[in-house]
Amino acid sequence: MYNSDKVIPGIIIFIIFFTIPMWLNLGGAKAIPRPELPKEEKNCVESKEYMRAYHMKLLLKWRNMAIREGKRTFVGADGKTYLISLQNTCMKCHKSNEKFCDRCHKFVATHPDCWHCHIAPEEVAKLRRWQNGNR
Amino acid sequence: MNVGVSLLAVIALILIPWIGVSALGLDSFFGIVIPYLAFFVFFIGLIYRIVQWARVPQPFKIPSVCGQEKSLPWIKYSRLESPANTWEVVLRMFFEVVFFRSLFRNLRADLQGRRLIYGSAKWLWFGAILFHWGFFIVLIRHLRLFLYHVPSILNYIDYVDSFFQIGFPPIYITDLMILGGLLFLLLRRLVDAKVSYISHASDYFPLFLILGIVISGILMRHVYKVDVYGVKELAIGLATLHPAMPKDAHIGTIFFVHLFLVCTLAAYFPFSKLVHMVGVFFSPTRNLPNDNRMRRYVNPWDYPVKYHTFCEWQEHFKEQLQQAGFELDEEWCKGQNVAKENKAA
Amino acid sequence: MALPKPDELLQDVNLHKAPEKHWMDIKPEFKRGTYCYAVEPQVMEDLGLPHMGQWQPHDEKWPLPPDWKERTLNALRDRLNRFRSFKLFMDICVRCGACADKCHFFLGSGDPKNMPVLRGELVRSVIKGEFSPLGKLFGRLAGARELTEDIIKEWFYYFYQCTECRRCSVFCPYGIDTAEITIVMREVLHELGIAIDWAMKPVRFCHIVGNHIGIQPHTLKEIIEYLVMDIEEITGVKIEVPINKKGAEVLFVPPSGDYFADPGIYNFMGYLILFHHIGLDYTISTYASESGNFGFFNKLELAKKLHAKIYEEARRLKVKWILGGECGHMWRVWHQYHNTWYGPVDFLEVPKSPITGTVFENAKDNKIVHICEFTADLIAHNKLKLDPSRNDHVVVTFHDSCNPSRAMGILEEPRFILKNVCNNFVEMPENTIREKTFCCGSGSGLNADEYMEMRMRGGFPRANAVEYVRKKYGVNHLACICAIDRAVFPALMDYWVPGVDVCGVHELVGNAIVLDGEKERTMDLRYRPLKGKEGKEGEGV
Repeated sequence: MYNSDKVIPGIIIFIIFFTIPMWLNLGGAKAIPRPELPKEEKNCVESKEYMRAYHMKLLLKWRNMAIREGKRTFVGADGKTYLISLQNTCMKCHKSNEKFCDRCHKFVATHPDCWHCHIAPEEVAKLRRWQNGNR
Repeated sequence: MNVGVSLLAVIALILIPWIGVSALGLDSFFGIVIPYLAFFVFFIGLIYRIVQWARVPQPFKIPSVCGQEKSLPWIKYSRLESPANTWEVVLRMFFEVVFFRSLFRNLRADLQGRRLIYGSAKWLWFGAILFHWGFFIVLIRHLRLFLYHVPSILNYIDYVDSFFQIGFPPIYITDLMILGGLLFLLLRRLVDAKVSYISHASDYFPLFLILGIVISGILMRHVYKVDVYGVKELAIGLATLHPAMPKDAHIGTIFFVHLFLVCTLAAYFPFSKLVHMVGVFFSPTRNLPNDNRMRRYVNPWDYPVKYHTFCEWQEHFKEQLQQAGFELDEEWCKGQNVAKENKAA
Repeated sequence: MALPKPDELLQDVNLHKAPEKHWMDIKPEFKRGTYCYAVEPQVMEDLGLPHMGQWQPHDEKWPLPPDWKERTLNALRDRLNRFRSFKLFMDICVRCGACADKCHFFLGSGDPKNMPVLRGELVRSVIKGEFSPLGKLFGRLAGARELTEDIIKEWFYYFYQCTECRRCSVFCPYGIDTAEITIVMREVLHELGIAIDWAMKPVRFCHIVGNHIGIQPHTLKEIIEYLVMDIEEITGVKIEVPINKKGAEVLFVPPSGDYFADPGIYNFMGYLILFHHIGLDYTISTYASESGNFGFFNKLELAKKLHAKIYEEARRLKVKWILGGECGHMWRVWHQYHNTWYGPVDFLEVPKSPITGTVFENAKDNKIVHICEFTADLIAHNKLKLDPSRNDHVVVTFHDSCNPSRAMGILEEPRFILKNVCNNFVEMPENTIREKTFCCGSGSGLNADEYMEMRMRGGFPRANAVEYVRKKYGVNHLACICAIDRAVFPALMDYWVPGVDVCGVHELVGNAIVLDGEKERTMDLRYRPLKGKEGKEGEGV
């Protein structure tokens, strides 16, 4: 082989580049974080499969219905009627955005901007406690 | 015909995982076996190609010089177009590989009656840049699905790439780049008579294949959503060599189509023109300095060639030489003979 | 041979239309004027090379050797194992088409197989079809095909329609150099005994006699004497020209075209005037009397064979370094190949101009200097007494010869010289000069008379740029630094741009140099009256 002084490092760089995931995961990969599911309630507004893949689409639809059209009722897959509200309906069961939403979102590195405006009931309680403590 | 065959081939490649997963339930075959197989072929194939090139020597130093040589000290030479040392060659290669500098020079020639007119023709360069850079960033962005701890740089890339916040989830700029680039390259191949004439099916096939990958990817993000959580579970399993199909998650079929097309591309890569990705680094007209008279370049298979020596020539033209009043150089020939004998001994 | 008129020649050329038929289904048509004649068997025999006997390309059936297929494939395999350039270029082309309209032969003929990409594809397809299992499987879909006798003809036709000018390689994103493919493919054809007469006869001459034209030592001396007489008549100064002088400082090797024919001889006179003016201690050799290299147009081995003489001669004459004349492919060979073939050149010294003291660092290893580098250095140091007004009858543009520009990068030196020896120098359009320069259309051994139609087509882009500056600035001289240019441009100019003369850069230098003790000059080196001296040229004769 000729020019092995350049070719061999080249091959090594090539291999390293295309196996980056392997190297960066070394030692760091632990058990996959699982979101904490509500204990009491077993059914969501739609099927579990649908919610796993499409919840962001549903939330977007809810936002549009509530904010732009002023409609606040949603009929779920099971025929039940739900109030369209992130904080009052979703978070009624999924109480902690930290333990439910963020676990997943952080894991797949996606950045929904729900919390730019909304605030989780859990956070509200925390804030109250802090305010009271300060008085 | 070339277009039709390639398109059909890609459609067949879409149907295979579709049927395999949705009808036959071969999730782990398409999710684990095929990806490993494809990437094994990719690595071994490409390394094989590299070694094959490396085993053939480059006999001569033949840079294509595209600017002023380094000669007299008061003449400014072109460091990039006529590199005179290794560092300048590295720069030249950098601009070539990263910014397609040669392609940027592209011209268009038109014959108007008896006049040739040249115009700038940067579209090909632009399309190629869109496509290649788009592809590269998309590839990097996919790392978020393979890494347990996602480095913040990937978050930044993601942030910049979805900067315009159009749609939800936001449309990636690079998705538009790669799509636009591909469509341009495809259209150009179909419309330009010259390029169309030189195109084989093997030129259309990778275009359709990558187009399939891009479209399935975009659909997956914006229309037919899949369980990303499950996808990442599978991806990390693959990356850490502990492959397993995600528990209690159902990933949509479109994901398997996307993955299968990517696997096809990876496996096809080393045996096609796509090896230009690596081959460009070997290009002797670009990766050698224009310093031939300053530094000797050795050809490993150089061999002595018999030529008409002075003494043979003098013997041949003895009469004419004497006639013209030239002195014969017997001394030199004697010396040459002695040298020859010494060598033989 | 009836050559169509300039206005008719390009009528069928359409750069944006492709034939109906697939290119693999189109056989080459050997139309007179578009191919060179086959080599005479005796020439090949004299050089110990294989040949096919008496035949011509237009023959229906070529007398290929019985094992032609095996021989061809073996030759290809051998080159794939020895030339990384060739192997790589066969592997990585993506057919982006950036090179398509860069080839002068394509621009002048519209023949799609003259697009560099398709020229390469002529071989690439066979390599895929014969050596690659996938290529065999997918055939035409993968651009693969089997080797046939017609393909040999096609190769001959199209690899002798490439002048190895490397313009395409400038534009290729991977630097694919068709010249490299052409060099290899001409070698492959050579192994079957296929070669052209015009490119081989000079090789034989150069091998045996010492130069392409076959000028024997005594004749060379006589020619030089004639030229010296002319110089005396024009300048009034008698010049001594050292020939085969031992112990001279510099061995000067010019292309034989420069002492053989008009307009090269005027350039040669320019060299002689320059050397006399600066008092250079130099010599010309009758043994190594050729700096050009037709071997390079046939087979690298032949190229090496021919130029080995220069180095033996430099050793024998005990010179310090070697100075090369103005020539195109010559400088490709001198610059890019010599050092590899004949180095390390430790029996010579690092070139140093005896006049200015400049050390040519860029030639420190191989010890060969281009005469334009040498002269530019002299002018920069103000060592020449120049009167540029003696070129006032000349409006000159400069043609960058392909190989000095794209293999060597000698762009500024000749321009610097021209600007100092002429008052009227203009550039052709920027897309046709420097690294983007166009070939004369007759390089690499294709300057044969029987090839005239193709030469006029191939030279069209260059001629068209000259036509542009002729109309715009009244250009009447085309200067170049290549002996083939000087040999072929007169015909090209007569055809496309009548009224433009062709000259070397040093002819104009010779006009401008004010020699010590010269008489009042009324004529240039061609015996044409100088501006303002019309009617006086007869005086004193």
